Amino acid sequence: MLDLRLNCDTARRVLTGFIDNEVRKAGFERVVVGLSGGVDSSLSAFLAAEALGPGNVWGILMPYRTSNPESAAHATLVVEALGIHSLTVDITSMVDAYFATFPDADQVRRGNKMARERMTILFDHSARLGGLVLGTSNKTELLLGYGTLHGDMASAVNPIGDLYKTQVRQLARHLKVPTVIVEKQPSADLWAGQTDEAELGFTYEEVDRVLYLLVDQRYEVADLIAEGFDERFVRAVYHKVQASQYKRRLPVIAKVSSRTIDRDFRYPRDWGR
Amino acid sequence: MRRSRVAVAQMAPILGDVEKNLALHEKAAREAISQSVNLLVFPELSLTGYFLKDQVTSVALTEQAPALDVLRNLSHRVAMVVGFVEEAPGHRFHNAAAYLEGGEIRHIHRKVYLPTYGIFDEQRYLAAGARIQAFDTALGRMAILICEDLWHPATAGIAAWDGAEIILCPSASPGRGLGQAEPFQNASTWERVIRAYGDLFACFVVYANRVGYEDGACFWGGSEVVGPTGQALAKAGYLEEELLVVEVEGGALRRARVANPLLRDERLELTLQEVQRILRARGGDPG
Repeated sequence: MLDLRLNCDTARRVLTGFIDNEVRKAGFERVVVGLSGGVDSSLSAFLAAEALGPGNVWGILMPYRTSNPESAAHATLVVEALGIHSLTVDITSMVDAYFATFPDADQVRRGNKMARERMTILFDHSARLGGLVLGTSNKTELLLGYGTLHGDMASAVNPIGDLYKTQVRQLARHLKVPTVIVEKQPSADLWAGQTDEAELGFTYEEVDRVLYLLVDQRYEVADLIAEGFDERFVRAVYHKVQASQYKRRLPVIAKVSSRTIDRDFRYPRDWGR
Repeated sequence: MRRSRVAVAQMAPILGDVEKNLALHEKAAREAISQSVNLLVFPELSLTGYFLKDQVTSVALTEQAPALDVLRNLSHRVAMVVGFVEEAPGHRFHNAAAYLEGGEIRHIHRKVYLPTYGIFDEQRYLAAGARIQAFDTALGRMAILICEDLWHPATAGIAAWDGAEIILCPSASPGRGLGQAEPFQNASTWERVIRAYGDLFACFVVYANRVGYEDGACFWGGSEVVGPTGQALAKAGYLEEELLVVEVEGGALRRARVANPLLRDERLELTLQEVQRILRARGGDPG
């Protein structure tokens, strides 16, 4: 029951096929992807290069002055391994200009601002290059809400949003994403020394097991506790999923008409595609 | 049952575009004709695509719709099973499949079991069919069961008891549960189910699944034709378009029924009696 192993050959076919299909259906043949040097954006770029050809993929590096230099170095490894286009846009001047007005802003506000600054650059390059923004959020962080709404969570097509973090690593190894990227400690790199697992308080291996049983295998919280999972941990995970539901939905619309967007006006996203 | 060449058009319909899908059907039919195919089976909702949502009413066709004339005409040269949204009298919309032969629609099956759980939402948009019926064709006696219909074993039983030699199953199965199984967990279940039906009902089963993507869901293909001993006689690849062609013949069906006369020994009165008892005991509660 608790088996997060992937058939990587099938995953590769399905996800490259997905990128090719959804991008072309929307009338595009290129994608733009923000490269952080982490395993998620690296995997998305590898899949896109295979699906569309490296000449149709633009990797955008968007460092801030406090970013770990290793992040850009690892992103460059991906660019070189794939032979995709790349571009570096330093976000320091715009982020610092903004916070000059709000010098007391805390780390969270600054981190969110950086994520949203990067989003605006990606969507600007989407228009500039005629390419869709490729998503890089995995299922674990989407479920936990461990991402910035309208920031790194924003994209047009996301090939890895239904893969847990541990599955992202499996598939990344299979696609030969550089080992140093697959094996390093995941980090949002919003401040020096930040790591996901320290901030979250658990490892991805631990949380993926709980999420997989809760979400994919339809276990109730009580079932997991009966199975011997730590109650406080399970409840904390459940709470994070519940508390971040709003990040996974469109803004709630006050219903007054006879047919309201996304309530009783329901068309597929691929409508007319 | 006549010896005949049966084909599955494992294709990717374009969501909500009947005109373009008609062109895809015509192309597949011409290819099948060039390969001397007698019966060509298209997937579920092959003329419209699957996750239609509110488009259901916009793409619906009546049985008499002139749009179907091109297929009616082609059916002089190759019989076809085609999936579409049927607008029935009273403006009820059905997930339907038509059997076309000799220039006309000979039979329409309206999907009886409309999945409305998980990724599926059919009962929101569609009306359920009320009949499961085998019908005679120039090639033999057949029954159509659409996708989810086949996950209710009684439907396959009814088809077989009604004399079907070939069960035709147009399907639009999105892959779910990517794990170790090839290609998806639900695909493995499908393969076990259709092969078991071939075996238990000593009939041919033509499973016509589609490929392509809709709103990120991936249809896995893997169409197959199962023989009356439960073996896959031919199988299409996963995830790719293909015209799967295989010859079927009544001799194999006869031999299977001689070796394993399960249908001869079927006791329909007993089944009916027990079903009635169960229904009485439930007293109107669906159980």
